[in-house]
Amino acid sequence: MADLSVNFAGIKSPNPFWLASAPPTNMGSMIERAFDAGWGGAVWKTLGEPIVNVSSRLASLDNGALRMIGLNNIELITDRPLEVNLREMYECKKKYPNNAVIASLMVESKREAWHEIVKRTQDTGCDGFELNFGCPHGMSERGMGAAMGQVPEYTCMVTEWVKEVSNLPVIVKLTPNVTHIVPPGRAAQKGGADAVSLINTINSVMGVDIDTMIPYPNVNGMAAHGGYCGTAVKPIALNMVSELARDAEFNIPISGIGGINTWRDAVEFLLLGAGTVQVCTAVMHYGYRIVEDMIDGLNNYLDEKGFASVNEIIGKSVNRVTDWGNLDLNYKVVARVNPEKCIKCNLCYVACEDGAHQCFHFDENKFPYVDEAECVGCNLCTLVCPSPGAVEMVRLDDGSNPQSWKERTII
Amino acid sequence: MNTELSIEQIEQNFAEINPRLSQAEAVFEANRCLYCYDAPCARACPTHIDVPSFIKKIASGNLLGSARVIFDANPIGASCARVCPVEVLCEGACVEKTLMAKPIEIGRLQRYATDFAVENNKQIFQKGAANGRSVGIIGSGPAGLSCAAYLARLGYDVTIYERKPLAGGLDTYGMAEYKMPQKTSLDEVKLVESLGVKFRLNCEIAVIPQPPALAEMLDESAAKLEAFPAKEENDNDLLKKHDAVFLAVGLGETNKLNLAGENLEGVMDALHFIEQIKTRDWQSVPLGNTVAVIGAGNTAIDAVTQAKRLGAERVLLVYRRTEKDAPAYDYEIELAKKDGIEFVWQTAPLEIVGNGKVSGLKCRKADGSEVEIACDMVIKAIGQTKQTGFFQAVGIETDEKGRVVVNELKQTSNPKIFAGGDCVNGGAEAVDASQAGKLAAQGIHFSLTGEAVKFAGSE
Ligand SMILES: Cc1cc2nc3c(=O)[nH]c(=O)nc-3n(C[C@H](O)[C@H](O)[C@H](O)COP(=O)(O)OP(=O)(O)OC[C@H]3O[C@@H](n4cnc5c(N)ncnc54)[C@H](O)[C@@H]3O)c2cc1C
Ligand SMILES: Cc1cc2nc3c(=O)[nH]c(=O)nc-3n(C[C@H](O)[C@H](O)[C@H](O)COP(=O)(O)O)c2cc1C
Ligand code: SF4
Ligand code: SF4
Ligand code: SF4
Repeated sequence: MADLSVNFAGIKSPNPFWLASAPPTNMGSMIERAFDAGWGGAVWKTLGEPIVNVSSRLASLDNGALRMIGLNNIELITDRPLEVNLREMYECKKKYPNNAVIASLMVESKREAWHEIVKRTQDTGCDGFELNFGCPHGMSERGMGAAMGQVPEYTCMVTEWVKEVSNLPVIVKLTPNVTHIVPPGRAAQKGGADAVSLINTINSVMGVDIDTMIPYPNVNGMAAHGGYCGTAVKPIALNMVSELARDAEFNIPISGIGGINTWRDAVEFLLLGAGTVQVCTAVMHYGYRIVEDMIDGLNNYLDEKGFASVNEIIGKSVNRVTDWGNLDLNYKVVARVNPEKCIKCNLCYVACEDGAHQCFHFDENKFPYVDEAECVGCNLCTLVCPSPGAVEMVRLDDGSNPQSWKERTII
Repeated sequence: MNTELSIEQIEQNFAEINPRLSQAEAVFEANRCLYCYDAPCARACPTHIDVPSFIKKIASGNLLGSARVIFDANPIGASCARVCPVEVLCEGACVEKTLMAKPIEIGRLQRYATDFAVENNKQIFQKGAANGRSVGIIGSGPAGLSCAAYLARLGYDVTIYERKPLAGGLDTYGMAEYKMPQKTSLDEVKLVESLGVKFRLNCEIAVIPQPPALAEMLDESAAKLEAFPAKEENDNDLLKKHDAVFLAVGLGETNKLNLAGENLEGVMDALHFIEQIKTRDWQSVPLGNTVAVIGAGNTAIDAVTQAKRLGAERVLLVYRRTEKDAPAYDYEIELAKKDGIEFVWQTAPLEIVGNGKVSGLKCRKADGSEVEIACDMVIKAIGQTKQTGFFQAVGIETDEKGRVVVNELKQTSNPKIFAGGDCVNGGAEAVDASQAGKLAAQGIHFSLTGEAVKFAGSE
């Protein structure tokens, strides 16, 4: 069995699986149950001045019978009194000394306010702070959350304020609602952050009830944009994580968040540079129990690949991400059909015919085949094929003459 | 009737074996469909319903559109959803059968969409603007109904002549009650009626031969197709009254065994037995304690399963050849096995024994020995005759098997008479008859107007 324990910016955790700051970490009793289930750490539901929430707060994107492939929320930070949360945090940490308890914080943009909450919270014995600069709805209208995260100078400034009084590691949680993730990441680092976490949720309107014509989630006939998360956002999160991980100037740890459901998703984040991962939507969907397979699956994966510790895979794929201009223009793959596995649904045919390059034809037995001279190697047919292995990409070049666009245009 | 079962138990036994999918089931199943291109399921459907299209409309919540796709290619799509042998048609061809060993439940999805349209009285198609032409259709089964629906959409004045008190042919009188209740068939008849098709029920068409010389003199065909009882003055010659006539008369009576004892009390033919069941007046259905059904086609299966469901103590299926030779579909035989039917293979009936009433069935086994199976009811299910005499009297060509011969327009040797369904194919499925009705409507329209129309799924 591989060693799953991590030391993330000075925060020790028995495994890299943390609960993200969200309803699953609303209170002490919940977090204790989560630790019992196997979660390594938990980022407490964001603390601050108690707020009032609306009812009807969530909406989801379904894919046919597949529920909630994306989730949207208009919930604010904790609605529980600060003293109650702090008392429970203290008790929780005492009961679970080996698990990571991180306090998520968000207060108004005033130095004294940040100083005060940091001082009050670090007495609980928690292991670190996460500054919520990411909430895209509600709080941002009050100048907090994403309103800070979207302006690198503010991100840097508030991080500095926190660092002035904190004697614990400070993680800055970044918002994805920016055109480029590197400047806010660098700003957090400049402000003294020990790590960043990303992504928070993405601005979104989930849909409209076409009978009542009221968008979701309906709050007495009205709706507001909310934060989007869940499976659907994973690719966006992976991009932002890898953008920071491969930025030469950025060199503090990253906690990856966004659409993680299984150990496989987690491994992808780890490979692209995340040191821990955080999960919300999948737990809101299926409960704390999903961590069992995350741990089990990660263990088996590491054993099978011959890694003794999870730390060995962190960042292993970062150098495989590059700019388009560095990609090899002479690498050539084409699609090839294996009739033994083909079920003749013809989805490859129609996809290539109407969505790609009209390469498919049918043989006398009505099996599709590819005109390799026409195939541009886009992958589309393999993506739509429902039968594993029925159409696969095959490499044609011998790799002897790689040439990127950058190289080609220099010549 | 000899049964220990209570009415409630019988009702339960005759509950539909494929009940309607719930909304959750339908949406789940619809989303499982891959939306194949040039889909094998649609190719396998004799009426070529655009299956992926109607299934994806269920997934998108467009049930009306889904039902339109179905009825557009098959006017008896609600019946077919229940009675089609989907295992050997659409679902048998479904790629999910290859991939997952579990085809998409196309039949039940089809039912889901058509139920929506029927139950909400959705008028999906309108009758066409009157084109001044009229067609008479003999027989209101799947072939007749389908042809009528398409012709009405084209603006024809259509009258269906049906000798039975209810329309629908075998869809109404012949389908195993646990597959489809009569009401479904009659609801579908109403859909056709709503297109302006006129139904003359209890009206048999008989052939009055004309002396050929007279016919030639009057420039008429050699026979008159007359309605009995006649209702209108010119009913005595359908060929004069209508611009074309479509023969959709199906098959004839159940074949005779030609064995001694065939007229004993307790001997019945499967069609009449099933027809009685269709009334759902369970107590009025004649039933023995031990029922021997002779034959091993799908009708024989329908007879044994229903005899058992009515409460007969022992039900035997007696067939002179092996299980492998049995013409019934494998899944039908499986169903009968599940129902507890005893199969007596390679046993040829020799004589029905009894003194006034059936007491046994004497048979010869494969090894030549004779056995007598004690029973108090014998049901004959050895296929139906062709109505060859009728066709000969009409003066149209038939083949060596007694089936009406038609060309690609479904036109018989008399250019004014078209034919389709069981009377042409010798007995197939309801869905085949429906397709024949569609093609005949196209053929009639082409022959009368020179205009070629193509309805959905005509090829
Ligand atoms: C017991 C049984 C069970 C079956 N089960 C199934 C099943 O589960 N699934 C399936 O797909 N198929 C089944 N079939 C086959 C299916 O019923 C037929 O293929 C289909 O009904 C043929 O349609 P049709 O319109 O050609 O003839 P029919 O349905 O036989 O209709 C012919 C109509 O013409 C009328 N008629 C005949 N002569 C005259 C006349 N001279 N004047 C006026 N009216 C006349 C008859 O009364 C009848 O209503 C079954 C058949 C039988 C016998
Ligand atoms: C292969 C591919 C190529 C695209 N190329 C363009 C493009 O040339 N110009 C453009 O404005 N958007 C382009 N897009 C983006 C789409 O127009 C669209 O904004 C995006 O796919 C989101 O819509 P969707 O979720 O329906 O795919 C492309 C998308 C794909 C998948
Ligand atoms: S890889 Fe793209 S271009 Fe090549 S056959 Fe497949 S879909 Fe067509
Ligand atoms: S998509 Fe795959 S299974 Fe379907 S026809 Fe193409 S190769 Fe065969
Ligand atoms: S073959 Fe099966 S999966 Fe393909 S379209 Fe037909 S029902 Fe759907």
